[in-house]
Amino acid sequence: MLLLIEIAVTLLRAKLRQSIIAAVGVMFSIAMFVTLLGFMNGLNQLLDGLVLNRTPHVRLYNELKVSDKQPIDLVRFPGPSTFDAGPYHIIRSAKPKNELPRLRNATAIMSALEKDDRVLAVSPRLVAQVLFNVGTTELNGIVNGVDVMKEVQYYKFKDYLVEGEPYDLATGNNAIVLGKGLADLMEAKIGDLVQVTTASGDRSMLRVVGLFQTGIAEYDKVQCYASIKTVQKLIARPSSYYTDINVKLHDLANAPSMAREFESRFSVQAVDIRTANAQFETGSDVRNIISYAVGVVLLIVAGFGIYNILNMMIYEKLDAIAILKATGFNGRDVQRIFLLLSIIIGLVGGVGGLAGGFALQKVIDNIPFKTEALPTVTTYPIDFSLKFYIIAVTFALLTTWVAGWFPARKASQVDPVEIIRGK
Amino acid sequence: MSGKDLVLQVEKVNKSFHDPITVKVLKDVSLEIAKGEFVSITGKSGCGKSTLLYILSTMDTDYEGELRIDGEPTRLATKTRLAHLRNEKIGFVFQFHYLLNEFSVLHNVMLPGLKLGKKSKAEVEQRAMELLRELEIGDQALKGAHQISGGQKQRVAIARAMINDPLIIMGDEPTGNLDSRNGEIVFGIFQRIAQEHKRSLLIVTHDQDFAARTDRIIEMDDGRVVGSADRA
Repeated sequence: MLLLIEIAVTLLRAKLRQSIIAAVGVMFSIAMFVTLLGFMNGLNQLLDGLVLNRTPHVRLYNELKVSDKQPIDLVRFPGPSTFDAGPYHIIRSAKPKNELPRLRNATAIMSALEKDDRVLAVSPRLVAQVLFNVGTTELNGIVNGVDVMKEVQYYKFKDYLVEGEPYDLATGNNAIVLGKGLADLMEAKIGDLVQVTTASGDRSMLRVVGLFQTGIAEYDKVQCYASIKTVQKLIARPSSYYTDINVKLHDLANAPSMAREFESRFSVQAVDIRTANAQFETGSDVRNIISYAVGVVLLIVAGFGIYNILNMMIYEKLDAIAILKATGFNGRDVQRIFLLLSIIIGLVGGVGGLAGGFALQKVIDNIPFKTEALPTVTTYPIDFSLKFYIIAVTFALLTTWVAGWFPARKASQVDPVEIIRGK
Repeated sequence: MSGKDLVLQVEKVNKSFHDPITVKVLKDVSLEIAKGEFVSITGKSGCGKSTLLYILSTMDTDYEGELRIDGEPTRLATKTRLAHLRNEKIGFVFQFHYLLNEFSVLHNVMLPGLKLGKKSKAEVEQRAMELLRELEIGDQALKGAHQISGGQKQRVAIARAMINDPLIIMGDEPTGNLDSRNGEIVFGIFQRIAQEHKRSLLIVTHDQDFAARTDRIIEMDDGRVVGSADRA
């Protein structure tokens, strides 16, 4: 085998220029493949992140709605008749009963969820409608009472905080983080006090400790964050009063089935991320398919280059093949020599391509990319995942092997007598 | 000829070409070559002497009859086995040198030895140098195969044929492309191989002077062996 490699390398060196051109072809396609997929996936992750980072996999809440069973349904009429359906009733515009939108038994549900192996994190939330008093006008707002440290850990809260520190929000008394849009409307800055009126008419003053920006303007104009304790105090509710429980799972794919399970187990409403954001995965998938298709086509084109060059080489080397066979190399040896030629070209081109791809990714990763929508992003996103490098190299070797196989087979079938006598 | 070691035995070999029409080119050819014998095959162009040589070389397997090399029947042997047989027991010298231009002179000589793999690379290299020196081209060993003269190339080809100490060396017009001085040198080498190294030689040639000086002349005409004369 070593001898065959030596022969292959010698033949390659004799045709150095053509070999280099073939290798450059492979290198180019691998580099493009890696760059394209890294860039595409980086963008995908960025865009998906907009939704995924901020959204719990399953959200449990209690929706105030009209009871399915109205009291009249419970009344049993003495049924005199077996022929008709009996008496029935029509109630229009039934109203829900006066009830707080709290999640009943929230503490018990949370401790049950925390024991579940499939669950990564459980965080309670208390959402309250408020009005911000700015001079004589009032602005609508929604204050999300959150467990700040859990938000930071599991929902990348810090990434969206353009000013201020999460720690101040967690520990500060009556502290609030305003959406960037809302703060601009109120001309509020860090350290300012804002006046808040709750739905029940209570007023309090909150201190601004930070600003956040998600990139979704409508959201940033309305939403605010505060610690759960602050919100509980604001709307005068006890410390076990929560409106939502956000659940993050180990495996996103389980979300729909687990949402249904929680719904029946805890008798609450549950919505999962898939149902809430059905469209975003489709976009990612299509982008992925396109980039893989382009990458694979590049590699196939490079494969044709190798095929061409090997074919030419075989015609030029018929004498050499004949003499190798005459002196005792068998058809398999000859086939291996030419296959080795192809694989060496593939390997050299592949390794060069990986390096080139990495360099290109680095370049793109340093190109400035500023957008209002994404405050934490300063350069184009790249996914440097090893996965793409492995796929690229595997595919490069596969293409070069196939591209080399046919010419190599032809070489192995060369009849030395024909070549030698033909002279 | 019984009692001698037979290197090559051919029994009733027939061969036809089918394209464009069927022509029988070898008709019941039988011959034997003993160890250390220097044999030449002569005949007119198209008499089938080269065709016979390529059958004997095991490269052409499309024939009827039986061919034994060193007692081993080759009729039904696999291509891989035949390649191994050529590598170990047969050396070739062609009319056109057929060296690999990408390799050095020394490497060209070494290749069949490395393929056989019975000796280490260093031993093969040493043996190749010995052969090149013996053929008085030791000083050319490290040159590229395309950098030396025609006569030198043919000597390199002979050294390559000798590298595995084959039982028999076959040549197809090995002096046909050389001037008379170089032809003389090559003939001298062949003679030494037969006498000193005790190798058999089977050389196809149409050079009557060359043939006349070999141990035995096999004369062919129209696909048949028409005469076999030992040198007087």
